[in-house]
Parts: sequence; C-alpha cells; structure tokens
Amino acid sequence: MQLTVWTYEGPPHIGAMRVAASMEGVHCVLHAPQGDTYADLLFTMIERRPSRPPVTYTTFQARDLGRDTAELFQSTLHATYERFRPRVLLIGETCTAELIQDQPGALAEGMGLPVPVIPLELSAYSRKENWGASETFYWLVRTLLSGRPTERAPRPAGQRPRANLLGPTALGFRCRDDVVEVTRLLEAVGVEINVVAPLGATPEDLLRLPEADFNVCLYPEVGELAAEWLGRQFRQPLVRTVPIGVGATREFLREVARVADIEIDLGRFESRLSWYSRSVDSTYLTGKRVFIFADATHALAAARVASEELGLTVVGLGTYSREFARDLRELAATLGCEALVTDDYLEVEARIAELHPELVLGTQMERHTAKRLGIPCAVISAPVHVQDFPARYAPQMGFEGANCLFDTWVHPLMMGLEEHLLTMFREDFEFHDAAVPSHLGGGDGSKAARPSAAQSTPESTPESTPEQAAPGEPIWSPAAEQELGKIPFFVRGKARRNTQRYARERGLETITVETLYEAKAHFGR
Amino acid sequence: MSAAGSSGRGAPPSELQICHEQGQREVFCGLAAIVWLHRKIQDAFFLVVGSRTCAHLLQSAAGVMIFAEPRFATAVLEDRDLAGMADCNDELDRVVGQLLARRPDIGTLFLVGSCPSEVIKLDLEKAAERLAQAHGGRVRVIAYSGSGLETTFTQGEDTCLVAMVPQLPAAPAGEDSLLVVGALADTVEDQFRRLFDELGIGPVHFLPPRRGSALPPVGAGTRFLLAQPFLGETARALAARGATHLPALYPFGVEGTRAWVLAAARAWGIADERFEAVIAAPVARAERGLAHYREQLAGKRISFLPDAQLEIPVARFLQRECGMQPVEVGVPYLDRSVMADELALVPADVRLTEGQDLERQLDRLRADRPDLTVCGLGLANPLEAEGLRTKWSIELVVAPIHGFDQAGDLAELFARPLIRQARLVA
Repeated sequence: MQLTVWTYEGPPHIGAMRVAASMEGVHCVLHAPQGDTYADLLFTMIERRPSRPPVTYTTFQARDLGRDTAELFQSTLHATYERFRPRVLLIGETCTAELIQDQPGALAEGMGLPVPVIPLELSAYSRKENWGASETFYWLVRTLLSGRPTERAPRPAGQRPRANLLGPTALGFRCRDDVVEVTRLLEAVGVEINVVAPLGATPEDLLRLPEADFNVCLYPEVGELAAEWLGRQFRQPLVRTVPIGVGATREFLREVARVADIEIDLGRFESRLSWYSRSVDSTYLTGKRVFIFADATHALAAARVASEELGLTVVGLGTYSREFARDLRELAATLGCEALVTDDYLEVEARIAELHPELVLGTQMERHTAKRLGIPCAVISAPVHVQDFPARYAPQMGFEGANCLFDTWVHPLMMGLEEHLLTMFREDFEFHDAAVPSHLGGGDGSKAARPSAAQSTPESTPESTPEQAAPGEPIWSPAAEQELGKIPFFVRGKARRNTQRYARERGLETITVETLYEAKAHFGR
Repeated sequence: MSAAGSSGRGAPPSELQICHEQGQREVFCGLAAIVWLHRKIQDAFFLVVGSRTCAHLLQSAAGVMIFAEPRFATAVLEDRDLAGMADCNDELDRVVGQLLARRPDIGTLFLVGSCPSEVIKLDLEKAAERLAQAHGGRVRVIAYSGSGLETTFTQGEDTCLVAMVPQLPAAPAGEDSLLVVGALADTVEDQFRRLFDELGIGPVHFLPPRRGSALPPVGAGTRFLLAQPFLGETARALAARGATHLPALYPFGVEGTRAWVLAAARAWGIADERFEAVIAAPVARAERGLAHYREQLAGKRISFLPDAQLEIPVARFLQRECGMQPVEVGVPYLDRSVMADELALVPADVRLTEGQDLERQLDRLRADRPDLTVCGLGLANPLEAEGLRTKWSIELVVAPIHGFDQAGDLAELFARPLIRQARLVA
C-alpha cells in the first residue's frame, strides 16, 4: 500500500479513455463498477468538451457480483456496438474488474463483431495513466497497420515532405494549442502535416500514417512507443526533440531539416522571450532558485529554459515519469542538482521544503505544497485542473509557446522594485513580508497566504526550526534570529540553512549576528 | 399554505407508477461524499483504502481547491498487496502510522472502503478497532464503505453516519432531545437551532457534528429529524439505539420546512398558535424570497436524472411552490421508509423512475426536451451542446438549500441557468 495524498497520474484506463476520446470513430467499452463514470467529467468539465467521451461502462454493483458479470459485459458491448456503430472498439477493465477476472477482451473477440476489437491489458495495480495511453495508442496503430506493405517509394522531387504529429491527446497539457503552433512552424518551413494522432484522428487517418516521410513525437510519454514501431515498420525517421523553449525549438527545426533533407533558415524566427529575458528588467531573475517537477517531457524542457533562457538556478529537478528517469538524471547532473524520480507527493513536498526554492515550476500538486510553504508557483505540466485548459491561445511549444512560458513563470515572482523596497524598509504596514506580492492583489487579508519562513517550515523537516533543533545543532541567539528576520522571506529559508551548516561545520554552539554574516560571505548569495 | 405534508402522510401511494430500470448508471460512488464531509467535520481525516482510481476520483472532484493541509488521502493497493506478498493489515497499519505521524491534529480517522477493498474482502471494521487501540485513544477510528458496488453518491454520507452511530455517547436517561441528521451548511444549522430555541424545543444536536470530538448523545429520549432524504440506514441505526424518527417532508421550500419543523413541534407538544407565531416571520421572508424567481420558473418543464437522491423532494418544491412541471423524476434508488411523505405528494402524471439505463433515459430526455434538466457533470455540458438547458445536481449537496431562509436561494439555483440563457446573445 502506498499513502497517496495526491496522485500524479490516474489509473491506466484513464489513459485508454484519453486516446479514445481524442479520436473519432473509436469507442471504448470498460468493465467497471458503478461510479467509475466520474472519469467522464474530466473531459466534460476539466477540458470542457461539449460531448460525452465515447466510453460505455458496465457499471456493475454488488448485487450483480452474485450473477453473471461476464454476461453483463457481453450485453453491454452488444448494445454499445448497435447504438454507436464505431469503426474500432477498445475493450478494457478498470481496477475492480481486473480483480473479478471476467476476461472481457477474450469475451469480446468471441462475439464476432464486424469491426476491429482491440483488447487492452491495463494492469491497474502496477501501471498508470500515461502508460495506459501509450499502450492503447500503440495497439491501435499496430492492429490497424499490421500486414501493410512496409516499402515506401522515395519522395518525388519537388514534393514537400510530410510529417505525422504523434502523441497529443485529450486532457493533455496544452496539446490543443501545441498542435496548432507546431503545425504553423512546420508549414512555415515547407513541411506538410500528414496525420495528427491520436488527437482529432479517425481510424482511417491512422491507416494513412505510413504515407508520411517522418514522424514527430511531441509527447514521448504517450507517442514514443507507437512512433518507434512505425519507425521500425515503415522506416520513418523520428524527430525526438520536443520544441519547448527557444533553444529546443531551434534544435527541433534543425532536426526536421536533417530528417526531411530540406534547408531551414532559422534566422527568420524570433521569440520575444529572448529579448524580454535580456532586457534589464529581467536582471533580478538571475540566479533565482527554482525547483522543477513534472512529467519528463515538460521537466526536461523547463530545466533547459529556466537555466539557459531565463538565467535561473535549477536547484531541484524531478519527474513522476519513471520511463524517462535516465534522461532526467543526466540533465540534473549537468545542472549540478540531484534528480528526484518519484510518484510520491510527500517525497516531492519534503524535497521542496528542504531546498527552499524561490520558485516552484510543477503540476497542480505542487501548488498545494507551494501554498503551504508560501513559495511562488507556476504550472508547467499535467496533472492540471480546469484553469489550465484556458480559452485563450496558450501553447507551450514553439516560439509563441516560449512567450507564454516567460509570462507565466515570471508572474508569480515579486516584481523587482517591490523586492528591493521590501529589503530596504521592513516595517511598512501595507507592503510587508507576510503580504503576497502586490501585483497579485492579495491585500491585507492574505497574511496567512505567505507565512514567514520560520512559521512555514513543515513538520516534516523539524531540523530546520530553531526551537526544535536537534541535539548538537547550533542554537540561534535572539539577536541573530532577529537579524535573520530582516532577510526577505524568499531567500530567508536558504540563509537559515546555510548559516546552520556553516556553524555546524565549525562546531559553533551559538549562532550570532556575526556567524550569519560570515556564512553569507562564505557561501555568497 | 397549510401543513399539507402532514395531512398527506400515510396515504398509500399505490396509484403511483414507478418504472424500474437497469443498465449503465452515470452516477458517483459514495466516496464523493468525502468532498463535503471533510469540510463539515473539521478534525476528521478520510483515508480511502482502494486503488489509484479512487484517489483519482477524489482529486478530480476536490483537487481544484489548493490544500495546504489535505484532509483526505488514499492508501493505494499495489500488486504485492493483491498477490498476498504483503499482509494488507500490516500495510494498512504502517500507512496509518505514517499519516498520524505527519498529522498530529487528526481527531477522527475514517477508513473508507472501496470497490477493490470490498472485492478482496479486507475487513476495515476490524482494522479500525485494532488501530484505535494501537493509537491509544489519541484518535477515534471509524470504518465505513463508500464503494460504487454498495453506494451511490450521497449514500456515502449515509454509510458514514451509520458507522458513527455506535460511537455516539448514551444520552442521560429521561432526557428528551432533538437530533437533526444530515450534513447541513453551518449557517443553516444555526438558523434551525435558533428556530427550535424559539419554539422551546431542545436540547438540539446535529449529526454529523462540526468536530468529531463533540459527538451528539443518543438514547430513548432522542427524537430525530432527517434533514436529508438519503439517510435511511442512519435512521434505522438510530432507531436501533432507541431514538424515534419524526417522519416529515424534507425541509426544502416553505411547505417542506414548515412540515419538517412542525413534526418536531408536535412531538414537543407545542401549541399551534405558538408554532404559527414563531414561523410567521421566516415564512413571510421565504415567500418574498421565492417571489423573485417564480416568474422565471412557472410553467417550465423540468426533468431529473438520478444522482443525489434529492430529486423527489426538490421536484416537489419546484412544482408546488414555483409552478414548474416535472416530466421525469429519476432516483438512483427509492427507500420508501424515509420517502413516504414525499411520495404522497408526487402527482400521478410525473414519470418516476428508479435506477438507470443511461442511453434510454437520454433518448426519453431528448424526446421530452424539457426546459431544464437536472443531471451530473458528466452529462451537463454535452446536453447543453444539444441545446438542452441543465442544472448540475451536485450543487444541491454543496450549497445551502434547506430551511425557510434558503427557499429563495434554492429556487434561484434553478432560475439561474434560464436567466443566463436569456442574457447571453453571443
């Protein structure tokens, strides 16, 4: 058993639903107890879709368990086919159905339905949502394209290269606008889009996948398995760079140029991020300490943007996508920080508390932690809630995506002038330590929203509170404690830690005002 | 308006046609009740023992709020638990230990059963006893089921309260008291308390209480009113402890609230004149509050898809006090023992359905094309896109709608989508 306060991913059948709901002409029948239909409202409420997801549930109850739930599954499947007439059927079980072992996939195959029926093995107790989406998409592509001729004629001279965009799904973070942005980008360099899948595709579209000259995998968590199979089967090269951030987008275009054998003039493209980040207003961002936690794709991209394009210092980098742990560890090593690969919310929370970053870039879950610790936070990856399916154009990818990243990440930080004045004058009745940045409109009633560092230290890291100092830990003198209070809240936690470390390493029993400044001189900012 | 509710009670609802349906059900499981129960009982923590699906349901429903200190979590079963490689009871003890160490403020811990924990027959009641002992009286540990196999949406509150009943302290012998059963908004609770005080009814207790450490007493002198229609099992459990149920309409609108308060007044032998005098001002206010919305609602046709079990009393209110015409009223299940007064007021031309076969019900809905459809959030936007106006039913359990002073607010919930439709031109 795992104590799960918040879960980064849903169960794998949600991944299967995301693929089905992304497409047209595909219907998913899930063997599931009453209540599992809650998943519909992820699509109708969080993503605000105007139609029901193409999913039918058997919704068995306790009284059905005494009868024939296998028969219930078959009658549900039959009625579903008759009503919706899908061109492809996906068959799956949710966690409870997996326990009663009705083998719905095998049952469905024996029913002789006149359309492809794809049984899914979803392993609800060991796998999760993205894996479910990836498997579902892979089996869809593989089932529909098995037996197709694998030889392709070379692209005729003068014909524009064609690409498939693989990976975007319903409920994916900003997939809707990323597809638009990447499509524009590729069309601007003379590449045609062959098929976008699964988002918006039909089964017939999937049959056209082999017609593309190469594949672009925008979301490896979902699309890589299928993209690699296509690569093996139809010799389609794969563009692996995910174009999030200015540098990555340029690299993406260079990779496209290589794979498609075309010339691309990178000088044509600009992102405002590059200038905004160089403008003097952004100087105060230099070295701000940021903690990043997300799915692997967005975490890797964010780390690069944060360090290379905004001049922040990445102090922690983590992901819940275990499949991509190696990539993340490598990048963390080059950034000089420790990688965190976990799906345990409490572990992430403890790491953030320990590192005292000035900004957290994370998921909806990190917003909970950031609220508790009083740290500014921006969302960069799923899981997300309704506010991160915005009405406005809000891509993460391409050059416009970079513009969005700049605005979104800088917004929660205290603005430069306010930060300076707060450090100089500490007793203002309106602008003070406990108030949220005034451009966020907190006002006086929001005192609790930004507790001072001492108050905000969670129980999970008792060693950092002076009152509960472990035996052998240096004691803060009242004067030093008072002096510490003069340091702005967003760096105070780090100052406290550094000073304690400095005193400990030198065997000091008491921390004085001098110790504080000696530690400051020793470590620098 | 007279006390129509009481006069109707006992009339056999034999001519009432009830259709029973079976098929796909688009409803929440009982775990969803945690979304409001965790706010009502402030020192309680809800630990679901289930799968990632259960955890995902909870955070999808409540995770839009940002919690500095979450008050619910899931002990997610893993492969090794199912394969018997790990003893589930040991694992549960470990997880609870971890949770209590992190959250010393927890006073009551609910262990909430789910579909997976029920299918593998994990005995949470025994675990609750064991854990209460192990933690030396620091926390009260209570087990109940919120699984979709056993419970539908608000039924999760019923199973939660049922599990609390054995823990309620015994009331002193010979003391009469009124117990109001069902989670109510705090302001509504205060209003009812003032009303009963004025009538001289008391002492008044509420179940669930605002803090798990302040459980209401129960005994032979306890008479209880159900504030919510989905608490049949709780009523039976309270009766088993000697308490007496005061059957009444549910306190929605003027008529319902009046009948509900009257049931207590009769039990306390309050004279009719006194009763009328005390409720006169709130009734007059409620009538004024309702008047704003009657015009928008009168004559409009409304259908209810099964969801929260509030459908019958709310339809009664909308029909009799706002002039709406119910077309189909669907309920997830029908417990006649606590619905008798309400059923007596359901007109014969209303299509009353118990259970659900979703696709067929939607076919009927599309054929009926009512002016307003009350349904869950999985269906609301898709129906809106088909040109049907909807009112999402979950709001009925997370908004203050009981009592005289909320009658106008309750009507407003249904008028709002219609007013909105009239306003939006783009």
